[in-house]
Amino acid sequence: MPKDSGIGASSKRREDVRFLTGKGQYTDDVNVYGQTYVHFLRSDVAHAKINGIDTSVAETMPGVVRIFTGKDFEGIGGLPCGWQVTDRHGQPMQEPGHPVLAQGKVRHVGDPIAAVVAETREQARDAAEAIGLDLTELPAVVNMKEALKDGAPKVHDDLSSNLCYDWGFVEDNKAAVDEAIKNAAHVTTLELVNNRLVANPMEPRVAVGDYNAANDESTLYTTSQNPHVIRLLMGAFVLGIPEHKLRVVAPDVGGGFGTKIFHYAEEAFVTFAARQIKRPVKWTSTRSEAFMSDAHGRDHVTKIELALDKDNNFTAVRTETYANMGAYLSTFAPSVPTWLHGTLMAGNYKTPLIYVNVKAVFTNTVPVDAYRGAGRPEATFQLERVIDKAARELGVDPIKLRRQNFITQFPYATPVAVEYDTGDYTATMDKLEEIMDLSGFAARRKASEAKGKWRGLGVNCYIEACGIAPSNLVGQLGARAGLYDAATVRVNATGSISVMVGAHSHGQGHETTFPQVIAEMIGIDESQIDIVHGDSSKIPFGMGTYGSRSLAVCGSAMVRATEKVIRKAKKIAAHLLEASEADIELKNGKFSVAGTDKSVDWAGVTLAAYVPHNYPLEEIEPGLEETAFYDPANFTYPSGAYACEVEVDPETGKVTIEKFAAADDFGNVVNPMIVEGQVHGGIAQGIGQALLEAAVYDENGQLQSASYMDYAMPRADDLPFYIVDHSSCTPCTHNPLGVKGCGEAGAIGSPPAVVNAVIDALASGGKNVGHIDMPLTPHRVWKAMNQ
Amino acid sequence: MTKISMTVNGRQVTGDVEGRTLLVDFLRENLRLTGTHVGCDTSQCGACTVHVNGLQVKSCTMFAVEADGAEVGTVEGQQNADGSLSTLQAAFQEHHGLQCGFCTPGMIMAASSLLKVNPKPTEAEIRHHLEGNICRCTGYHNIVKAIMAASGQDVSKIAAE
Repeated sequence: MPKDSGIGASSKRREDVRFLTGKGQYTDDVNVYGQTYVHFLRSDVAHAKINGIDTSVAETMPGVVRIFTGKDFEGIGGLPCGWQVTDRHGQPMQEPGHPVLAQGKVRHVGDPIAAVVAETREQARDAAEAIGLDLTELPAVVNMKEALKDGAPKVHDDLSSNLCYDWGFVEDNKAAVDEAIKNAAHVTTLELVNNRLVANPMEPRVAVGDYNAANDESTLYTTSQNPHVIRLLMGAFVLGIPEHKLRVVAPDVGGGFGTKIFHYAEEAFVTFAARQIKRPVKWTSTRSEAFMSDAHGRDHVTKIELALDKDNNFTAVRTETYANMGAYLSTFAPSVPTWLHGTLMAGNYKTPLIYVNVKAVFTNTVPVDAYRGAGRPEATFQLERVIDKAARELGVDPIKLRRQNFITQFPYATPVAVEYDTGDYTATMDKLEEIMDLSGFAARRKASEAKGKWRGLGVNCYIEACGIAPSNLVGQLGARAGLYDAATVRVNATGSISVMVGAHSHGQGHETTFPQVIAEMIGIDESQIDIVHGDSSKIPFGMGTYGSRSLAVCGSAMVRATEKVIRKAKKIAAHLLEASEADIELKNGKFSVAGTDKSVDWAGVTLAAYVPHNYPLEEIEPGLEETAFYDPANFTYPSGAYACEVEVDPETGKVTIEKFAAADDFGNVVNPMIVEGQVHGGIAQGIGQALLEAAVYDENGQLQSASYMDYAMPRADDLPFYIVDHSSCTPCTHNPLGVKGCGEAGAIGSPPAVVNAVIDALASGGKNVGHIDMPLTPHRVWKAMNQ
Repeated sequence: MTKISMTVNGRQVTGDVEGRTLLVDFLRENLRLTGTHVGCDTSQCGACTVHVNGLQVKSCTMFAVEADGAEVGTVEGQQNADGSLSTLQAAFQEHHGLQCGFCTPGMIMAASSLLKVNPKPTEAEIRHHLEGNICRCTGYHNIVKAIMAASGQDVSKIAAE
């Protein structure tokens, strides 16, 4: 029987009512009395020297309050990078400055040059058009391999080259890996591009800066996944505002997918400008601006080699990747191709020797950073594609080849520095075969052929490292922050509970799921519990939501705080019941003395805590509120197996998704309905990457896909219903809920399934194509099959 | 500035607008009906979908002055008279047809338009009708399911229950 409340119940989302009736409160719905509007004048060329900015005409235009340029930010900190990678020679990465407004040079289309603050949005825009720019255009570098050649134009003149770092992992394994590949019975090599994507949450970014001169306090309302991180980065490193004078609020946020993690120039600008002009300043991104100012994702060029012995056991993996950083280092950019990618190159397999080389490169493009999955989709895609290619070359069944090489003993220490605590890859593969009805594939292929279509089946596995992250470990790896989280459980006098959490919900449904956990622990109704999030003035601290970490890390903090609350409540109950604390049991919201009929209910205890007339004041303080910080002992390792069936039209190369199934192991699940929704959304983004989406630059650095007319977002009629299952469950061993995280799995697991399926479909039509780079547009598929 | 008046969710409203003011900005800025959202600037995403004289319209594609004298419906007017969720809204909640909620008002307005002319749409008809409404969170699975359920169809057999 499905549960109807608590952990494991598909509780309906309480946040839905406000969203369904137009009462959501997104950042663009925030208006502060007296606010002005800013419009950013952005570079329309990829690389240029700024000789002069003439604002004299613009300043006289109606409604203009003030115009800012890079000069106004001289002596003020630039946007910081939160992660320092050490290269294979032990040297720190090259780390260029990242000014709030361009100083001296512009380095990508969209780089902000000037900011016009005016009484209305239209006046700001009109005046920006009247600014005179004197630019000398410079040659741009777009292609990463070109950017590394001697004599290539430099994105940053003060760096020695466009190479950010050359990272080797694990460097000590390199010789052994080279040797194993040399001596292998078979080596499969694959060169591929992991296409550049734009996260595209439906809500464009917005920032509203406010300043209160009475107490010298700044408030920033922003579309952020982690308001406390923004407060720390912007306050400490950019503007020099101490935390107690800076409040950051992220109200309802319309999707994030990673791109709203980072600290952006516009946030710092509105906060700074509001202090300067002593009035609120609001910025609302247009979608076109979003394309050229939101951090992009992926953009790796990779060569992977898989070595196998004569029995088809994997003996070594060697990869070389060029990772595009764009023009500046976004907040977490250096960690994505390294620690979120190299550490996952073992995948689900017991390959004993692995070496990963990553060259991170500056180019005249928008900065690249984490996008749903962040490094793990790139790792999964290359590994699962090369395994498929190997199976095809060796003439063996790709599922059998995977099963043969599965890790089956846990915990398992990989050769790439992580230890998987649990997993059962055979179980998820078994489940996949069942829910996908793989035994019926041959008949479905026949039916497609009868319609003149080629049908293909693609299968793959994935593993990811989530629940980010153990602070001491990531500190050694270059993180400049801890990655714990925090929660305060505030029990009110009448028994209702407010929970202040550091995680931020922007579609994940925390307002529903987090109360389910506490309701289960105490035995009261979920409706008695509310979550407070997204406001640095209301919650103790928090590192925010990304890396599928909310429940595994912040949820664990919440459990620890609730345990403290229960311990104290039991002391109070023992006093009220005149019993020993050890004899008090809490069940269904009632404290009772074991073996007796004496009891007091939850509200009786909470009232006593706040009206302590009959209370053990000599032993404990009044009140019932506890805070816990939780730092995870390890990453969590969700895993699964995915399958896709496609039809390819041999005439046009058009691919349609006919069937898609995902069998995941997320450990324990709090709300199955929400977990399935997360997987659906991830799969859609993965199919989008595989078939439709690409951020495309021309050789001059012009972004050619800067609107929804040119960047193909997946639409309802591009996608099927998905079959998803998470019944394979190996609970996480090191967090109190045994949860692993589910937010990114779909986006990680689905692209290789789609591409494997298309390659299989083409093979069934007699076209043996080794690889096609994503997105698999009709043109690319047609070209591949007709070469 | 031009003085315009229209009926929005059954209420008579007036306002002064520039010729270039879009209907969506009039709704959001002048009337503070912030349920209608702006997700793009090329009329692709559909987050701003409203009804004008009973027809589904992207309110970023229409000037406010063009709606002078019109009957406009927004997501704020979709609930039942007693304030409870409409059948369609309730189906979105029941079937988890929304996550971040940003595209949701547009989805509700588009879907209610569809159901008016096609009370029992097929899966394919729903997917086709939503061609102008982008959702980045749900993968559309539960949106399509919710609309089918709202039209009285049995959705219990749809994959992934």
